[in-house]
Amino acid sequence: MNSNGTFGEQQYYGPATVARTLRRDPWWVEALLTALVLGGFVVYATWVAFQPFDYAHAGPYLSPFYSPCLSANCGEHVSLPLIGSWWNLSPAFLILWIPAGFRLTCYYYRKAYYRSFWWAPPGCAVRDARSGYSGETAFPLVLQNIHRYFFYLATLVLAFLWWDAALAFRFDDGFGVGMGTLVLTANAALLSLYSISCHSCRHLCGGRLDVFSKAPGRYRIWRLVSRFNEHHMFYAWISLFGVALTDVYVRLVAMGILHDIRFF
Amino acid sequence: MASDYTIRLWRGDATGGDFCEFRVSVEPGMVVLDVIHKIQATQANDLAVRWNCKAGKCGSCSAEVNGRPRLTCMTRMNLFQPGETITVAPMKTFPLIRDLVTDVSFNFQVARQVPAFKPKAREADGTYRMQQEDIDRVQEFHKCIECFLCQNVCHVIRDHPEHKRHFAGPRMFVRYAALEMHPLDTNDRRELLKQKMGLGLCNITKCCTEVCPESIHITDNAIIPLKERLVDEFYDPLTRLLKKLTGRQ
Ligand code: SF4
Ligand code: SF4
Ligand code: FES
Ligand code: FES
Repeated sequence: MNSNGTFGEQQYYGPATVARTLRRDPWWVEALLTALVLGGFVVYATWVAFQPFDYAHAGPYLSPFYSPCLSANCGEHVSLPLIGSWWNLSPAFLILWIPAGFRLTCYYYRKAYYRSFWWAPPGCAVRDARSGYSGETAFPLVLQNIHRYFFYLATLVLAFLWWDAALAFRFDDGFGVGMGTLVLTANAALLSLYSISCHSCRHLCGGRLDVFSKAPGRYRIWRLVSRFNEHHMFYAWISLFGVALTDVYVRLVAMGILHDIRFF
Repeated sequence: MASDYTIRLWRGDATGGDFCEFRVSVEPGMVVLDVIHKIQATQANDLAVRWNCKAGKCGSCSAEVNGRPRLTCMTRMNLFQPGETITVAPMKTFPLIRDLVTDVSFNFQVARQVPAFKPKAREADGTYRMQQEDIDRVQEFHKCIECFLCQNVCHVIRDHPEHKRHFAGPRMFVRYAALEMHPLDTNDRRELLKQKMGLGLCNITKCCTEVCPESIHITDNAIIPLKERLVDEFYDPLTRLLKKLTGRQ
């Protein structure tokens, strides 16, 4: 830095300035795989949102993409009758923006898509694709800061997914356990791991405190959440697969392609 | 058994330069810095390289080995296949002085701008008290050896040097976090972090964490918690309202 607080533009910055990167390992594999899998999920979720509701439920099972089901066209699967029969689009549209917003503003997914879609940077020590850069300081990316509000909303949705899992034990002939019951329960469990390991959750639970000794309860919760937080990326992926596979399962049963195994 | 390697070393200064190739026989157990020293001793006596401890503790020997920011004294040669060509370049983000040596003064400039520790009033008996659990969290940040590999890899200034005017960089965010989370400190650096230190420019892509030789969780434990503290102050009307209503900090 010069005495006037600016950096000389003429300074010479060595060889890496010329090449995009001097790395020779396959740094692009991670970005490519992330782009493929995330992109694939977005395509699938969009396709699901446009599907008729008929294949979103089978017996006591409801696909997580539609839960909580808020409109009258959810039929017997309505979780909260907030919207009347005038709503004739897929009930998924009413709710999908919450998990979508939660994941879109998630600190882990931000890293994933800034690298794989934005190419800022495409890999470490690999030059950004664009010459201009304002990070998360300007609109729209400054909105990433509302992540905790999506965390609150997603926690509500999660409560409904557990409720759906509980309802999946209730068959026409009474209490029972089918393959779908296990699938829905596992899905709710994986999503809970994802939510509890959230960075905003970690901050709100206790991370924001400077003096832990004055709040022993919150300190204990913070320690626990921190332990989950270390694996947030892992939970982000498995819960993503979990949701997609749960929907696939319910859909295939609803279409009659798969037969739901009833354990008892 | 010794094996031969080809080392491409950057040679040059502010007026320009190029990679020069050296053939070196490498003994088992050698690290990249040893190889550089061997070249300096036998083939290029005027080679400029910065180092001090050869134990991964002084943070002087940072460079880019095959394009990856690393401490050369902690990069063992058996990471590479015998016969392989290994490229060693100076850190990209800082102006070149000569060969592998860069001018890292940017980091000291931004360090000087960190508002100092300002402890709260002493207790009645004239002492300060804090509990182990209050300071456990910041211990991790004190492991930093100031190698500036994180500053070097950070794309905010690596690829956009114009941001050096208003970006403290991951190493300094670690320092800010250590102070902000300190149980005795009373300074509030959030406004500064937002307005002048460019915390919002970081897009949490985690390259700093990937290169840190001290395995400090720079992004998860320093930057993200700082970002969340900024949200408390600037982007979360609900929390602010609650604070006002309850009068709690
Ligand atoms: S996580 Fe932030 S500070 Fe660290 S390298 Fe990436 S942009 Fe820079
Ligand atoms: S935080 Fe890690 S990478 Fe950055 S200067 Fe300190 S030791 Fe080096
Ligand atoms: S859900 Fe990933 S950080 Fe909150
Ligand atoms: S020489 Fe001290 S860290 Fe490498």
